Amino acid sequence: MLQYVIKRLLSTIPVLLGISLLLFFMLRMLPGDPAQVLAGQMASPEDIELIRHQLGLDRPIHVQYAFFLGRLARFDLGRSARTQNPVTEEIWARLPNTMLLAVVAITLACLFGIPAGIISAVRPYTWIDYVVTSTAIFGISMPVFWLGLMLVVVFSVILQWLPAGGTGTWRHVILPSFTLAAFVVAFIARMTRSSMIEVLSQDYTTTARSKGLKEQVVIIKHALKNALIPIITVVGLQFGLLLGGAVLTETVFAWPGVGRLIVDSILARDYPVIQGAILVFGLLYILVNLVVDLLYAYVDPRIRYD
Amino acid sequence: MTEPTKNTARRAQDRHAYSQLRRSWAKLRRNRAALFGGILILVYVVTALLAPLLFPGNPSAPNLINSLERPSFEHLLGTDELGRSIIGRIIYGSRVSLLIAVGVVSVGLLVGVPLGLVSGYYRGKVDFILQRVTDTMLAFPGFLLALALVAVLGVGLKTTVISIGISMVPIYIRLVRGCALSVREEVYVEAARAVGTRDRVILLRHILPNVMVPITIQTSLGMAILFAAGLGFLGIGVQPPTPEWGTMLGSGRVYLFHSPHVATFPGIAIFLAVLGFNLLGDGLRDALDPRFKL
Repeated sequence: MLQYVIKRLLSTIPVLLGISLLLFFMLRMLPGDPAQVLAGQMASPEDIELIRHQLGLDRPIHVQYAFFLGRLARFDLGRSARTQNPVTEEIWARLPNTMLLAVVAITLACLFGIPAGIISAVRPYTWIDYVVTSTAIFGISMPVFWLGLMLVVVFSVILQWLPAGGTGTWRHVILPSFTLAAFVVAFIARMTRSSMIEVLSQDYTTTARSKGLKEQVVIIKHALKNALIPIITVVGLQFGLLLGGAVLTETVFAWPGVGRLIVDSILARDYPVIQGAILVFGLLYILVNLVVDLLYAYVDPRIRYD
Repeated sequence: MTEPTKNTARRAQDRHAYSQLRRSWAKLRRNRAALFGGILILVYVVTALLAPLLFPGNPSAPNLINSLERPSFEHLLGTDELGRSIIGRIIYGSRVSLLIAVGVVSVGLLVGVPLGLVSGYYRGKVDFILQRVTDTMLAFPGFLLALALVAVLGVGLKTTVISIGISMVPIYIRLVRGCALSVREEVYVEAARAVGTRDRVILLRHILPNVMVPITIQTSLGMAILFAAGLGFLGIGVQPPTPEWGTMLGSGRVYLFHSPHVATFPGIAIFLAVLGFNLLGDGLRDALDPRFKL
């Protein structure tokens, strides 16, 4: 297992280097002089020159990249053009909020999506299956930001049960996390259904049934365990969707997370923060997919011996 | 291979493809959900084409006296903060959204398909480099990649299309490369190479038709509309006064407490359009390739 973990960890290195290159060229792709963009319209030529020197923009391109990598290795992402605070500080202050939202949303999505998919697969082409599959396609088609606004109208404006935005108590978490979960739950339910339908038609499921095992045991112990790999894959992939959705949900609910920080920074053309926040989201996505790969090896021992 | 033999083989191949297409079409027609999706899309296309007839006048012209009016006979879906008819803006918005969807998929296909074909067919160094670039792009969730590109390219209709289109390129490259890799090992491709057919002809005549079905299945116009509406909602997509559904929803958010209709109706327009594309997409996938059934 350890060998598998090391192999998998090493395989992320080229992707990490790729991400660093992408972010490095992001600033260089800007129209005009990046130092001028970072310094702002009102900056004096001396300020611009100073920023150019600080960023190493006056050196050859390969030296600039090495310099950039060195800074990344020290988690030095520069300073925000708006607040002048270190970018890492800006991100770390908001990351726990985004993580809280993401973890609650993915948990809710699994809690609703997996059982819905199982019920749908066990009773295919019945009314309950149609309800689940129709709800799933509705969920996938619904704009997450619109759903969030509609939940605010119902639960905050009309019923006045929950706060419309902000953070602080568990009541603030309910609407944004349900909004985020609604989108992901549909994908999980669809994948669970299709994976379970396939597994339930396999010979080993028929054997389990013919042994006289209870239906619950057949479904949970024999079928679900074998259907887990595609479900885990989809949960891992949906985490990326969730990070994208977090940008929109955090904006709807004025949730102080990294997603909202990205939008505010794009609007203010605060490039060091955009660069840093996108790097953090990219790293998170890679990390989650790494955990997913390790879970495969745990769920299916054949994988680690390949 | 002699010319007559080549022609006979080609005719047989065409006949087989034709009968397969007929079977798929029959299957698609029996799928009621897909039919409903198709009707929804047709309604949007007709609305987009007949927009000036359905709503004469300028949908972006402000009329402040009528601002934030609730739905009535005069304004079926009410008016927005500038007194503009919401139904008029939704009708014209269908033009913008459909244009974005088609534009995004065109960018994705025009860049992704040739790169995927070259990567899968030639393999070697080109394949290695392209796949590492694809890996890196896929390390970012699609919407985030589009956000990053918007941050660099700036806001507007053109950059929205380019940004979302590029964010979809790695998906197409992967898909087409996978198909090209398996098709290049087929006997008929080997035969074509043996008789000295040029690589370009092999790619266009033998490999490209084989990747069309997976491309059709993967083509997600609904996702393109959702991404564009998301960017518009955040204020970094299509800019006002262009009537784009996401932008309309974003500006209506401010009036949510006393005029919720301003944000509600553009959201329904996005939802129904995406639903239509998703239902039809699911139906196409089931009809063209049952292996992809979810």
